[in-house]
Amino acid sequence: MSSVSLTNPSNEAFADIKEEISAEEAADPTRRKLGVLFWICVGWIILVALAATFASLLPLPNPNLGNYNSVQNAGPGWGHILGTDDLYRDIFSRLIYGARVSLVVGFGGALIGLVVGGIPAMISAYRRGRIDTALNTGSYVVLAFPAIVAVIAIVSFWGKSMFKITLVIGLFAAPLIFRVVRASTLSYATRDFVLAAKALGASDTRILTREILPNIMPTIVSFGLIAVATIVVLEGSLAFLGLSVPPPTPSWGNMLNEGSSLLSGAKGQTNPWLVIFPASAMFLLLISLNVVADKLRAYFDVSEIKL
Amino acid sequence: MTDTTLDSATVSTDPLLSVEDLHVSFGRGNATVQAVAGITFALRQGETLGLVGESGCGKSTTGRAIVQVEKATSGKITFGDTELTSLSRGDLRTLRTQVQMIFQDPISSLNPRRRVIDIVSEPLTIWKIGSKEERVETSRAMLDQVGIDPYVNGSRRPREFSGGQCQRISIARALVLKPKLLVCDEIVSALDVSVQAQILNLLQDLKQQYNLTILFIAHDLAVVKNVSDRVAVMYLGRLCEIAPSDLLYETPAHHYTAALLASAVEPDPEAPRTSAALTGEPPSPINPPSGCRFRTRCPRAEARCAEEVPEMREIGPSHQVACHFPLGS
Amino acid sequence: MSGRRLLDVEDLHVSFATSRGSLRAVQGVSLSLDQGKTLGIVGESGSGKTVLSRAIMGLLPRASTTQTGSVRYNGTEILNAPNNELRKLWSTHIAMVFQDPMTSLNPVQRIGNQITEPLKIHLKLSKGEAKETALSLLMQVGIPSPVERYEAYPAQLSGGMRQRVMIAIALACAPRLLMADEPTTGLDVTVQAQILDLLSQLQHEREMAMILVTHDLGVVATRTDEIIVMYAGNVVERAPTNVLFKSMAMPYTEALLKSTPRIADPSHTRLTAIEGRPPDLLNPPSGCPFSPRCPYAQEKCHLEKPPLVEAAPGHSYACWYPLTASNPAATPDPVSA
Repeated sequence: MSSVSLTNPSNEAFADIKEEISAEEAADPTRRKLGVLFWICVGWIILVALAATFASLLPLPNPNLGNYNSVQNAGPGWGHILGTDDLYRDIFSRLIYGARVSLVVGFGGALIGLVVGGIPAMISAYRRGRIDTALNTGSYVVLAFPAIVAVIAIVSFWGKSMFKITLVIGLFAAPLIFRVVRASTLSYATRDFVLAAKALGASDTRILTREILPNIMPTIVSFGLIAVATIVVLEGSLAFLGLSVPPPTPSWGNMLNEGSSLLSGAKGQTNPWLVIFPASAMFLLLISLNVVADKLRAYFDVSEIKL
Repeated sequence: MTDTTLDSATVSTDPLLSVEDLHVSFGRGNATVQAVAGITFALRQGETLGLVGESGCGKSTTGRAIVQVEKATSGKITFGDTELTSLSRGDLRTLRTQVQMIFQDPISSLNPRRRVIDIVSEPLTIWKIGSKEERVETSRAMLDQVGIDPYVNGSRRPREFSGGQCQRISIARALVLKPKLLVCDEIVSALDVSVQAQILNLLQDLKQQYNLTILFIAHDLAVVKNVSDRVAVMYLGRLCEIAPSDLLYETPAHHYTAALLASAVEPDPEAPRTSAALTGEPPSPINPPSGCRFRTRCPRAEARCAEEVPEMREIGPSHQVACHFPLGS
Repeated sequence: MSGRRLLDVEDLHVSFATSRGSLRAVQGVSLSLDQGKTLGIVGESGSGKTVLSRAIMGLLPRASTTQTGSVRYNGTEILNAPNNELRKLWSTHIAMVFQDPMTSLNPVQRIGNQITEPLKIHLKLSKGEAKETALSLLMQVGIPSPVERYEAYPAQLSGGMRQRVMIAIALACAPRLLMADEPTTGLDVTVQAQILDLLSQLQHEREMAMILVTHDLGVVATRTDEIIVMYAGNVVERAPTNVLFKSMAMPYTEALLKSTPRIADPSHTRLTAIEGRPPDLLNPPSGCPFSPRCPYAQEKCHLEKPPLVEAAPGHSYACWYPLTASNPAATPDPVSA
């Protein structure tokens, strides 16, 4: 394939050299590799999701009721793969059931944010005008509030339940998602192919769904995954303050909260496992989400830059 | 060797497109820019009108106003029997199939995430013309006509093509609805010379085949002359002169046209190397000069030019100029 | 002025390492330039002219680039020289004017500062002296109200003005050689004429040598002493300007001219377009790089690559069957054995 020949004055000093080689590379599929690490991380996320979804089908001890026959605060061992906590409950089982909370709040919150923030963003960035200015300024204002403080305040007053937490976090994630989606939409809405679609008589809805959305999808997916990761951490922080799902429902944050007192031996016993395992689980999930998001961004960026 | 000649069989006398006192302004209050400040011209069916001028003169805005992607602030645009400026949104949409546009940047004109065959058949899908198979057939035929093999290249994406090929795909997309009027906005400016020649030849062939009427907007004088039957010159939102191509280039009547021609570079070492005909910069479009907008750089300007806006008047067969003291008078 | 040899390039090869192999952007280019003369390098995209100009200046990124051959400035070899040595030459001996002033100027620095920077660094002028020189430069390049423009940011100037500022920066330390890479592409026709005149005038006043790199044959037609035509990384023809236009030997040069519309031609003249596209620089085909598109190509052209041969004094071309002035059709006599 020959190189793109543009003598357009917007080329920077080296861009014309790059173009001589880049069009070749863009056409080459072997260049766009996602890598083994990517698939490992995807696998991990799917595994966690499956385990959490079908937890009741797995041969797990009851996460909420302690088995007083077991040893209290036992380390990993026979019968209890990851040990028990100070209420004689199985840590592994609590970990898997706890994943539900993290995943539901994480993905649910991100989804709410995308719907409440992303869809208006697309429409407003495309239409421009006063509504766009108003929403834009509005997003600045909401973003200026420290989200954690606001979430804490609302959850304290409104009550703790998985649904309420997901909703509140999702709504506070919306302005940030709004800004990202708006910026991304703007960069495409001004391009000639959108103008061409208008000139062809395409309706606004068609332009938004057929022309713009496919182009901003990589950004949305990448940023969405980062949002999920952030929300999982947020839930953990809330739990640490005692503001997440009420016990005995396990969540990784709750487990960390309970485990923190056992770390210092405040209750007369030490059980570091109660902190290590949920923290590791959260760490692995977050790193997987970030790696997937980053690799996806790079994968789609490669084909983008060459344009 | 001349190519197409304008014979009366293909060109009717009724104007296909008529633009009257078109104004297009942007911005509000003190920062209003009058990109187009009252231009009037007409295009006959089968004709190619070149619209030439430098950056900021408003030629692209004019093209966009005609295709209705830019809203005219005032004035009338009449296409055939219909007045575009008074149409409802729904009717306007239907008229879009008759008027199409091709843009300057070949890459940005195509959706990077769609396949070429889908891009070309998109207009048919939007207007629900034909069955799915028929649309694919028509698109393939169109791609073939512009020199892109539909079977090899149909499922590729724009980034795999060169600038010239992308421009061909844009042309295919524009013509698949069989429009009557084609507005070409600097379509070869971003292409290499050899590719430019290919596209210009292609345009000529397609024009003959589909009996197109073309508004060719460009800043390259030689390209415009090559393609057009008549040429209109714009400066800072107003029309300076309109005439048949050969006549305009041989005997320009407006001082700006003369300056443009004198500044152009020709690939001929024997060409007289005159020093730049125009000094200074064009004035700001936010605060244009009163009267004739070219007067601040015109060698012939007098007091009258600042007081009175020159009207377009006929000074020869099909030759109109907006100047109080045109050349040769 | 004195015909002292300023620049000598011999057998320059530049290739880039890409994931798909080595891209041979410049293949065996030789050229020379005397003081006060103007050389035009003409080619389309992918011809290698930009890479060539950057390689001569020493501006190519080292990491993925392989450069072989010789580039001698004033007798000193500068190809692959370390940056700290090249810095002694940049601005004071060789300066460059780039294509797009919008991205070549620092958008967050006032233009006055951008002009005084090389003056303070290279010529070690004091702040006051530098400002005075900068103002005088602004006047020389034709910027009106230089005192006000001194404080302006690039975005506040028009394209033509920015290009003038670029020229002022390039000329600040009075270089002997000016490399102008597409200096007027993208500018309006009238502004282009002004900028080209300015360059010629300044060149004449300062007895500078200039290399004008462009895709536009019109730009080089009346403003250069010698022209090099590049295609697919090779020099395919080299001749004094008049000779090139009058008696070009290379079919590519002829094709280029024939596909350029001219104002002097009547309207609707059919252009002779060159069919096809430039070759893949990653895998250059054997034989003459232009042979797939050449209307006069014969079998030998596809098999063997013609060398660049100086057939007449000052006029070299790489073609087995060059055009002759009397018979523009292919002659069966090959140029070299």
